[in-house]
Amino acid sequence: MDFSLDKKHELARTLFREFAENEAKPLAQETDETEVFPRQTVEKMAKAGFLGIPVPKEYGGQGCDPLTYVMCVEELSKVCGTTGVIVSAHTSLCIDPIMTYGTEEQKQKYVPKLASGEWLGAFALTEPGAGTDAQGAQTRAVKDGDSWILNGSKCFITNGKEANVYIVIAVTQVDVDPKGRKKKKFSAFIVEKGTPGFSFGTKEKKMGIRGSSTYELIFEDCKIPGDALLGPEGKGFPIAMHTLDGGRIGIAAQALGIAEGALDRCIEYTKERKQFGRSIAAQQNTQFKIADMATRIEAAQLLVYKAAKAKETQKVYSVEAAKAKLFAAETAMAVTTEVVQLFGGYGYIREYDVERMMRDAKITEIYEGTSEVQRMVISGALLK
Amino acid sequence: MKIVVCIKQVPDTAGGVQFNPDGTLNRAAMLAIMNPDDKAGLEAALRLKDQYGAEVTVLTMGLPKADDILREAMAMGADKAILVTDRVLGGADTWATSSTIAAALKNLEYDLVITGRQAIDGDTAQVGPQIAEHLQLPVISYAADIKLEGDSVIVKRQYEDRHHMLKVKLPCLITALSELNEPRYMTPGGIFDAYNEKEVTVWGRPDLKELDDANMGLAGSPTKIAKASDKVRKGAGEKIAPDTPDEGVSYIIGKLTEKHVI
Repeated sequence: MDFSLDKKHELARTLFREFAENEAKPLAQETDETEVFPRQTVEKMAKAGFLGIPVPKEYGGQGCDPLTYVMCVEELSKVCGTTGVIVSAHTSLCIDPIMTYGTEEQKQKYVPKLASGEWLGAFALTEPGAGTDAQGAQTRAVKDGDSWILNGSKCFITNGKEANVYIVIAVTQVDVDPKGRKKKKFSAFIVEKGTPGFSFGTKEKKMGIRGSSTYELIFEDCKIPGDALLGPEGKGFPIAMHTLDGGRIGIAAQALGIAEGALDRCIEYTKERKQFGRSIAAQQNTQFKIADMATRIEAAQLLVYKAAKAKETQKVYSVEAAKAKLFAAETAMAVTTEVVQLFGGYGYIREYDVERMMRDAKITEIYEGTSEVQRMVISGALLK
Repeated sequence: MKIVVCIKQVPDTAGGVQFNPDGTLNRAAMLAIMNPDDKAGLEAALRLKDQYGAEVTVLTMGLPKADDILREAMAMGADKAILVTDRVLGGADTWATSSTIAAALKNLEYDLVITGRQAIDGDTAQVGPQIAEHLQLPVISYAADIKLEGDSVIVKRQYEDRHHMLKVKLPCLITALSELNEPRYMTPGGIFDAYNEKEVTVWGRPDLKELDDANMGLAGSPTKIAKASDKVRKGAGEKIAPDTPDEGVSYIIGKLTEKHVI
């Protein structure tokens, strides 16, 4: 078993780190403060090929593996959690399901534009009454000749107003079993921005990842063509769950990056900050905490990289993804909280970016499946 | 059009500089990067390629680990890469280096050779012009802008207080300033191609037919290093705006006297 990275992955990390330091880091505080989507950074990422990393070259992508993509999200998130999730939602939640379930026509139509970054992608499953209980979703798609009519709303959608293409999960059939219980069947659709009847609702004001565009999507008699159906009719729920397995690896990488970024800042700061006549890094309490954080972060990194490798080599990787996300997200929260504590009063001040990192970390325990959902997935596989 | 860009792997001064007992750099012990002026030269070549179409070859002399910067150059868009490496070429000064690189260039076809102005380790700015001399090529140093016009290049040569616009027939050699441009990022796919699909051609001493033994390696280097040191950081200095030249002269004389220089 070899845990070292080969030269191409090392060079890719150098690239992502340079880009993150030069382009994303200088804007991170301002993006958080103003809650403005970092469009300029996204355009630069598009030019650098970051928006189609695991996509095959014949579809306009970079032809790299999931590990390279994961390292990109990790390095971006070290300096800016917002930038990390923009890439993750776009790649894992929009391009990936089109590549996995799309027809050749759908792939040709959407993937080159998404992989080049000309278009941005999003994924819409969550509804006001259907979060962890995704089966409770109410948005409906009804057949109308060769078309479908969408009605309903989706909430908390990442890349919400900025995206051009959305994967939308909607109820297409309700069966009633002999006992009179209703069972919904979902289907997945590709919906383009600008389709009549598709509009945006509330922009969410969030605790963290404040530059990420999080919107409500509203569908009112929104007519989409028959060929907008992604995958087989009635298979929307497994498509959504499989898509989220991939998405969780991206979010795990985001969480990992946030934790690493916070530890980097912590090491710099505790070496400089003097109390009782010496740096606080010279105090054993600090040393032990830094040792624990570094150990936990490396464990998280191994789980995240293992999940990325599983995505490359296995058909099913739900458990690997769930473990990586669970551990990395809880590591991000624990590490950022500890780092704020070590910064003392300065850690609570907005000028010091660890305060932002702690707020950014929290969402990784919630979105694309809460930590509780990850525990359900892991234990479900063990106890079946 | 064929462009050869000469690049050098230099110590990343951010990571600290270490010397061998003989005063030469301990390159194996240091983090290494592509020399910034050379990277600007590569970017200039890639822009000519984007605009006019060209084949860009990167060439370096160095340790086997200089393979890293050649892969990086290919990940940015260079088409071919050549590594000149041989124990007998080690310890070369600017004369031996330029003789060796010129011998390597004699194996290649080119319309334009681009080098960086100078490397951040030696800071001599000699190798580029010396290569041109060995190859009997016109040289334009300190290029801040390069355009192609027919069989010539139009180059803006930057001086401290002015610039020259020069039109020179190809083939020629240009030395580039890091201010010339902002080098592009590698692409992730470019990195994968550089390692999975592209090759670095490796040349040793026997491949350099035109190189004279007397002009290579430490033995062929007339430069003797008396002492080497890391860069000493200078202060920001003091800027004054005297009303008359006499006032300025008096101020400088006063300062020099105060510091016991005169």
